[in-house]
Amino acid sequence: MCQAGEGMDKQVAKDIVLKALYEVAPDLEGVEVKYDADLRRFYDIDSVDYLSFIIKLHKQTGRDIPEADYPKLTSIDRAVAYLAEN
Amino acid sequence: MSDFLMPMLGADMEKGTLVKWFITPGAHVNRGDVVADVETDKGVIAVEIWQSGDIEQILVEPGQEVAVGTVLAKMRSVADKERPSVPGPKIIEQPMPSEAEIPQRVHASPLAKRIAEDLGVDLIKIKGTGPNGAITRADVEGAAKRLKEIPQPTVIAEAVAAPVTTGVASSDQMRRAVAAAMVRSKRDIPHYYLQTDVNVQKLMSWLTEENRRIPVTERILAIAPIMKAIALGLRESPEFNGFYKDGAFQPQSDINLGMIISLRGGGLVAPGITAVDVASVPEIMSRLRDLIERGRRGKLRSSEITSPTVTISSLGEQGVDVVYGVIYPPQVALVGLGGIRERPWADSGMVGAAHQLTITVSADHRVSDGHLGSRLLNRISELLQNPEAL
Repeated sequence: MCQAGEGMDKQVAKDIVLKALYEVAPDLEGVEVKYDADLRRFYDIDSVDYLSFIIKLHKQTGRDIPEADYPKLTSIDRAVAYLAEN
Repeated sequence: MSDFLMPMLGADMEKGTLVKWFITPGAHVNRGDVVADVETDKGVIAVEIWQSGDIEQILVEPGQEVAVGTVLAKMRSVADKERPSVPGPKIIEQPMPSEAEIPQRVHASPLAKRIAEDLGVDLIKIKGTGPNGAITRADVEGAAKRLKEIPQPTVIAEAVAAPVTTGVASSDQMRRAVAAAMVRSKRDIPHYYLQTDVNVQKLMSWLTEENRRIPVTERILAIAPIMKAIALGLRESPEFNGFYKDGAFQPQSDINLGMIISLRGGGLVAPGITAVDVASVPEIMSRLRDLIERGRRGKLRSSEITSPTVTISSLGEQGVDVVYGVIYPPQVALVGLGGIRERPWADSGMVGAAHQLTITVSADHRVSDGHLGSRLLNRISELLQNPEAL
């Protein structure tokens, strides 16, 4: 958990993002990770998977990720940066 | 005594492999309990039991592949217990497979069988001393005596896993299963197709507003209110909600909507959400999220595979505008959802832009016709104009 307004450690953020991704898409485990790839196009994450992914990030960090911020979380890298910077 | 059979998990299933038992002889089970994992062409399914009672005997071991209808276990149901061993009217048996399909058939005299049942002895575990290795009355009584000396497990023991469990079936297997069901569908069901463009501008604005207001965990996607509208529409059009079996249509009172999930490794599953017409939109959303997550993990329950009365195919996110689906037998209708996109919309002599969705229905002409189908589509469209009322 991190406090609002306080950045999160990048490694911690990365672990959280990967864990959430593998939970919504267990079939991706073992596939080579492409950090900059588009989650929807490259990993075939549909809108229901994506919502589950966002909810898992929220549960792990306590962050309220508004829908308007979705464009900032389109890849693993970007999601990590989003959690680390905010 | 009742039989617990290898269930038919979908129209295309012929056999299944027992992967894991969650029960042991002597265990008490309640209606709805998950008692075993069964691997099918669709992945591993958690199989529920539909009677309460005590498990007497397990006949199929983990790793064994058996035909649909094979007896997996024998149980003494609650009903049996109330009138023990009275040779009264026989309970109607479920259809039995041919004897050749029953694994580990026991060779025992009728008397020995009856005594074994009374004494609660598992015949499979007895070595027969009679002619051709048949189990005799003396064998059963001897075994019963030995059983008394050995403490019997009364609680659910640790589940024994077979070495074959893989979670999700291979895409080849799944492709074959889908192929079999679809060939049957196109051969037997005279499909007709209807489509309509629905203006979903109000729905999309309502969703944006709602999602800004409610916590992240309750956020809703368009699919949830659309499923609700479909379910409410079906309630007024019973000719689409049910099964076509034995040459006749059997309408269903529950409206259970199956959702086609395409798995990344290839293959499809179409598990269902039950009673969608009486569920709230947030409830539909959370159940759908749970269903899809478990579907991808190969952790579906047998009731979720067999319950759908109508299936939905939603391909909009893959850039498709219109879906003409193939009905999943024994169902009689499939609703196709294209993508929600902003397109020109003419109204009162003016052309503006509006978010639109093309909804199709593929239906069975043996049961309904274009007139009824149009009424269903129009009703769904109408319901979607009032999203806050869903």
